[in-house]
Amino acid sequence: MVGHLRNVHLTEFKGYDGGVQFRRRKTGVNADNLSVQLDHGSGGRATHELVEQVFARAFNNRFLREMNDSALVDIRGGHVAMTTDSYVVDPVIFPGGDIGSLAVHGTINDLCMRGARPMYLTVGFILEEGLLFETLLHIVESMATAAREANVLIVAGDTKVVPKGKADKIFINTAGIGIVPDGINVTGHNARPGDAVLINGTIGDHGMAILCKREGLAFENEILSDSSSLNGLIRELLEACPHIGVLRDPTRGGVATALNEIARQSHVGIRLYEESLPIRDDVAGACELLGLDPLYVANEGKVLVCLPQAAEQEALEVMRRHPLGRAACRIGEVVADEPGRVFMQTHIGGLRLVDMLRGEQLPRIC
Amino acid sequence: MKYLDEYRDPQLAKSLLDALQRRSLPKTPIRLMEICGTHTVAIFRCGLRQLLPPGIQLISGPGCPVCVTAGEDIDRAIWLARQPGVIVATFGDLLRVPGSHSSLHQERGAGADVRIVYGTLDALHMARENPHHEVVFLGIGFETTAPTVAAAVRQAAIEKLDNFSVFSAHKLLPPAMNALLESEDLSLDGFICPGHVSTVIGAQAYRHVATRHKMPCVITGFEPLDLLQGITMLIDQLAKGRAEVAVQYTRAVNREGNPAARKLMDEIFTATDATWRGLGEIPASGLRLQPQWHNYDASVRFAMPHIQVKEHPGCRCGEVLRGVLTPPGCALFGKVCTPQHPLGPCMVSSEGTCGAYYRYRQ
Ligand code: SF4
Repeated sequence: MVGHLRNVHLTEFKGYDGGVQFRRRKTGVNADNLSVQLDHGSGGRATHELVEQVFARAFNNRFLREMNDSALVDIRGGHVAMTTDSYVVDPVIFPGGDIGSLAVHGTINDLCMRGARPMYLTVGFILEEGLLFETLLHIVESMATAAREANVLIVAGDTKVVPKGKADKIFINTAGIGIVPDGINVTGHNARPGDAVLINGTIGDHGMAILCKREGLAFENEILSDSSSLNGLIRELLEACPHIGVLRDPTRGGVATALNEIARQSHVGIRLYEESLPIRDDVAGACELLGLDPLYVANEGKVLVCLPQAAEQEALEVMRRHPLGRAACRIGEVVADEPGRVFMQTHIGGLRLVDMLRGEQLPRIC
Repeated sequence: MKYLDEYRDPQLAKSLLDALQRRSLPKTPIRLMEICGTHTVAIFRCGLRQLLPPGIQLISGPGCPVCVTAGEDIDRAIWLARQPGVIVATFGDLLRVPGSHSSLHQERGAGADVRIVYGTLDALHMARENPHHEVVFLGIGFETTAPTVAAAVRQAAIEKLDNFSVFSAHKLLPPAMNALLESEDLSLDGFICPGHVSTVIGAQAYRHVATRHKMPCVITGFEPLDLLQGITMLIDQLAKGRAEVAVQYTRAVNREGNPAARKLMDEIFTATDATWRGLGEIPASGLRLQPQWHNYDASVRFAMPHIQVKEHPGCRCGEVLRGVLTPPGCALFGKVCTPQHPLGPCMVSSEGTCGAYYRYRQ
């Protein structure tokens, strides 16, 4: 490896007729054939094989098959929402998901938070030399499944391979675009005093799934990440309650940080009720053990909703009918006093500030 | 893990609070000190202070290990981080504590190898993995941390790891409590004694405080109901004119504590006079490695220079740690000094009193 440090190798896979089976050599143990090598990023033959046999096959769709330098997609009606996010989670495969599904879910959810209907994604991979194909295949398959389930297409992609030690196994960037239907206006600036604050389920699951895996903490039932695409749920929600003002996914920094952002953007105060926060017992226990506050732990399949009280019941019913919203509930309300701040009424009736996350509580959580 | 809910029950909390409200309390408020930083944070997190009757005041004490670490020890840690070939392993809280001219965090930015660990065993592991580096673990903590550090030293000796050492700035709480009671500007009526530390040292460790200084002591847990019960037990003692060591946190603490952990500490460490931020030098209030373990003692392995400490002139951490000043009384609090730009350790540490006042403003 030394003396051979070409740092970056470009490989683009803008399209290929899928269908070639990826076969691992059955005879002879040749480690080179089991893992990603620098050659796979050289742009030459190995690159083509990788693109053909792994990516194009898994993400197979007509845009990708065109094999041009960029994909042309159809977009009609409404505003176009665009977003991008990079994923560096460690470990790359965790209970309830992996870096691939997370990269699809995360970007889809970011689009949803503006009321957009996600349509197309692009994906960029940074692979570390030596990454096992077995791991790569698992991740790519799971991305393909996540995209299919959410009904979005991965229309363009790029791969680079860096020498061992210059990245950690695999980093993924996804970008996405979606359409915001007319009449929908969802932004962090729209919270109004009197609004109810709802969430679609338990908090802290993703962060604790990662952490328990990392720290080797075991509970009776494994804590699973909540990583999932929220576009189905949000679509139903917006159809039933088009007057929803704010949607926000409490990812890094958790519910506390997301609510602080809303409070600042909308110049309102937010009051939480500790007793109504939905937290799984095992997540609460693991947080206790590790000295963490679940309010600051990341979620990857949750949405915070601020909406007028009149629509609260309807919204809760819609969410609870959806598989990703069974445990939906109200956790607080928007108030006029203390603008820009979040306060929580504690179990025993005290009131305390819930500040933004400072520094990095948990590195490489997504 | 369901058990936690028992100690957070709103109904029970309300009845305990009502009972406290109904009590006839003396005109001058009763002043109870929570020694331990974990208690300070727990009290702020449940918003307990504002629920207590005005006749009961809670005062935060010197029980945050990072906060009481003397400026010269912070500077020595920074000096260690600057030595070539040294990896400094530390708990994360220490990173941003300002020293005279720098912090470990700044040193790391400038290229020093400073790594955060979650336990002493991580540091040992680091030493095994980096045989060509000196790994120095910053031993900052009370009687709860010291046994784990002792275990690491013993393990290093068993493995003959010769690139691992401990910079011991451990502190012992009961001597500091005695020192506080002897100071003239502070008047207290009782101690909420630390739960975790007491699991090691046991209830007997506070006998001296209770008898000699006639100071009621209640070893208390960290949940809202624990705290309410502990406070009630202190008020009961005061009402009856008693001063004894009682245990509220019976599910974790007994009279003896943990003899095995203490034995381990005694095997590796010996008590030494130590300088505390704010409290000055207190006899036999620190721990250093015994001479036979000097191979693992960073202060022996490295010839550390004499360091002239320069502290921020406006920072009043010392008074905050002694309980004679609350953070808003510091002119810098929240204006110049915030968790992003901390001027003193009490704002940096997750258990620091200034940090708790800032984060949970009530
Ligand atoms: S607020 Fe800052 S400067 Fe003032 S005492 Fe606390 S740590 Fe020191």
